[in-house]
Amino acid sequence: MPKQLTRLIIVFTVLAGGMLFARHRLLPKTFGERGHYRAAAVTYIQNLPVKYAGREICAGCHTEIVASHSANRHQSVSCEVCHGPAAAHTESPGEVKLAKPNKRAGCPLCHRYDPSRPTGFPQIDPQTHNPMKPCITCHNPHRPETPHVPNECSACHGEIARTKAVSRHAGLDCNQCHNAPVQHKVTPRTVHPEKPRTRLFCAKCHGKDANSSKEIPRIDVDTHGGRYLCWQCHYPHMPEGT
Amino acid sequence: MEGGKDLKQARTESRRDFLKSWPIAGLAMLVGMKFKAVPLWASTDAPYNAREHKYGMGIDVAKCIGCGRCAEACKNENDVPREPFYFRTWVERYVINSAGETTVDSPNGGIDGFPPTTNEKGILRTFFVPKLCNHCEDAPCVQVCPVGATFTTEDGVVLVDKDYCVGCRYCVQACPYGARFVHPKTKTAEKCTFCYHRITKGLQPACVEVCPTGARVFGDLKQRSSPLARFQRFRKLHTLKPHLNTKPKVFYADLDEEVR
Repeated sequence: MPKQLTRLIIVFTVLAGGMLFARHRLLPKTFGERGHYRAAAVTYIQNLPVKYAGREICAGCHTEIVASHSANRHQSVSCEVCHGPAAAHTESPGEVKLAKPNKRAGCPLCHRYDPSRPTGFPQIDPQTHNPMKPCITCHNPHRPETPHVPNECSACHGEIARTKAVSRHAGLDCNQCHNAPVQHKVTPRTVHPEKPRTRLFCAKCHGKDANSSKEIPRIDVDTHGGRYLCWQCHYPHMPEGT
Repeated sequence: MEGGKDLKQARTESRRDFLKSWPIAGLAMLVGMKFKAVPLWASTDAPYNAREHKYGMGIDVAKCIGCGRCAEACKNENDVPREPFYFRTWVERYVINSAGETTVDSPNGGIDGFPPTTNEKGILRTFFVPKLCNHCEDAPCVQVCPVGATFTTEDGVVLVDKDYCVGCRYCVQACPYGARFVHPKTKTAEKCTFCYHRITKGLQPACVEVCPTGARVFGDLKQRSSPLARFQRFRKLHTLKPHLNTKPKVFYADLDEEVR
């Protein structure tokens, strides 16, 4: 064999050996076991801690609540949707307590009115629907009832009710001026309550010779305000404001 | 002389036999290596066999109420940074007005709810679309990873090896669905894992677990009786950006053409 060839072979063998050695040293242990990746990474990800325990486990202790909850409109809502991740609680129920979302913040995430939500999904406007009241005062989240007609006007007309409540007109019932028919509560957009139409309506209390309490401010209905109607200057739900 | 001839013949024959035996030996070695790569006893050690599964997800757009509980649960389960631009899953709100213009928003991924829609009168149609990694069969992110840190497992889930990722962000660029981000602390790529640590234990992914309306369906594509298989049989399905041939394993029912 020619000398130069022998040398070349030696050089190449050393290079190839070096490469193989380097590859052996540098390649992570489990690389290529299952594919072009480290098999150990899969095991690592597989062993990450679980934080959401799953809905089945809750029934082990909270039998009654789960039983009533799984037979109504909220049955598809897992416990952990409202109460948060529960795996830690299932391991040490005494030490780790879950959140009790009894404020007004949680429910509107699903039930605040948004035109993007599917038609027919129960929705309310949190600004006008019984404002300031926590949802659970009327609705039981574990057994939500089919919505029924509210008794008070403030259930829908919350802003007006709140304004009126701090005004001089606080003592007046809505019906004193509006006379809402019962059907308005069922189909609010087709049957409307009455509204005062003439100055004489306000004059029943505020007129010069009206038969009412002496503390009530009086005006001469014929001359006061010229051609304007009372509520064009005075806001009846907050009369002192304007 | 005769004996010498015989000897010569015998010698050549044995050499031929010897040479013939080489490929067999080579094959035997290869087989040996193959067995070393996937130990036969692995199945008895670990009851979970990834090769028996192929995971996918179905999303019923018409059922999504946009509550964002999926995005919240995902952040809790996977320790996703709370900043409003790191998401493994998120909910988008599509509003298409009568002029045909589409606006898409996803404030904090939908976790804190959506602000009221402006100009409700002009809406033609509007809906929510949950988004996540599509776990593509031919994932562009896996193709571009220069170090083999992102890969498709035997059960069809695209994962990231965070100890091996060099943080080059090629995969973030390559993903046509915007499903990846670089973790601000570790500086490595992150994405939805289909909650791999949960599904291999027989649990549902966290987002599916908490979805209050059942808009998300998770299951095994290799199993005919899985909820996903049923979803596939009875619904008209669509995938996102099918023209890219990524073959997503997240299937949308009732998807609008405006969704990309």
